[in-house]
Amino acid sequence: MTLPFAIIAGLTVGSAIAAMSLRNLVHCALSLVLTFAGLAGLYLQLNAEFVGFTQILVYVGAVSILIVFAILLTRSTEPKDEPATVTPWIGIAVAISAFLTMALAVLASPVGKRAASPMGEVSVKTLGQKLMTDYVLPLEVMALLLTAAMLGAVIIAMKDKEGSR
Amino acid sequence: MTPLSGYLLVSALLFCIGLAGALTRRNAIMVLIGIELMLNAANLNFIAFWRFSENPETMTGLMFAVFSIAIAAAEAAVGLALIITIYRHFRTANVDQVEEMKG
Repeated sequence: MTLPFAIIAGLTVGSAIAAMSLRNLVHCALSLVLTFAGLAGLYLQLNAEFVGFTQILVYVGAVSILIVFAILLTRSTEPKDEPATVTPWIGIAVAISAFLTMALAVLASPVGKRAASPMGEVSVKTLGQKLMTDYVLPLEVMALLLTAAMLGAVIIAMKDKEGSR
Repeated sequence: MTPLSGYLLVSALLFCIGLAGALTRRNAIMVLIGIELMLNAANLNFIAFWRFSENPETMTGLMFAVFSIAIAAAEAAVGLALIITIYRHFRTANVDQVEEMKG
């Protein structure tokens, strides 16, 4: 285990715990940004430059801003004295048992000890060429899905003008 | 270089943190953030398995991660729009207090 990996992994996991356990929702969103940035660092360590920068653009740039906006739009009448969680021990126990199951499986498997194979040139150019040839159908489906999701989000969140509520 | 199991353990930890948050938090936005964390853990697994595969030149896991990020972005947009609508209707974003689907 190398030192940069340990630092980035510790930062990512620590900020994820903070994002899920802090009381103030804005602090949670800011910790989440740190988690996403740490994940981008892990992607860069794994030689996945394009996915790393996509992660920064999409998650650090777009999704977290969306979450901050949603928090600001929905927090005016939040009661302050209510507990942030309800019966947390059941959920935490479920999560810990799930982690132990996965960790035992990972540590027992011979795949986990595999070293990285030497890699040839994986450039953004070849990635783009693959997107336009082998993966052109998923790409088009993705374009359709993003359009539908954008329209759907706008229509769902649109205020109805008739004032039926 | 770090072996594959290191990345898999980080990914499992992230997944379980997201799971714990999605199960225990009462605010709907926090539930959504937990789901986002779980999606990101899956993405990290895709990238790690791609990098440690026999021939990374085929770029299968990389492509899957790119598409997965796009789907997660769409999911976040629709999910947050739903939460804002629910908040407007019920005046709360607490998942315990939203008990009926009738408008």
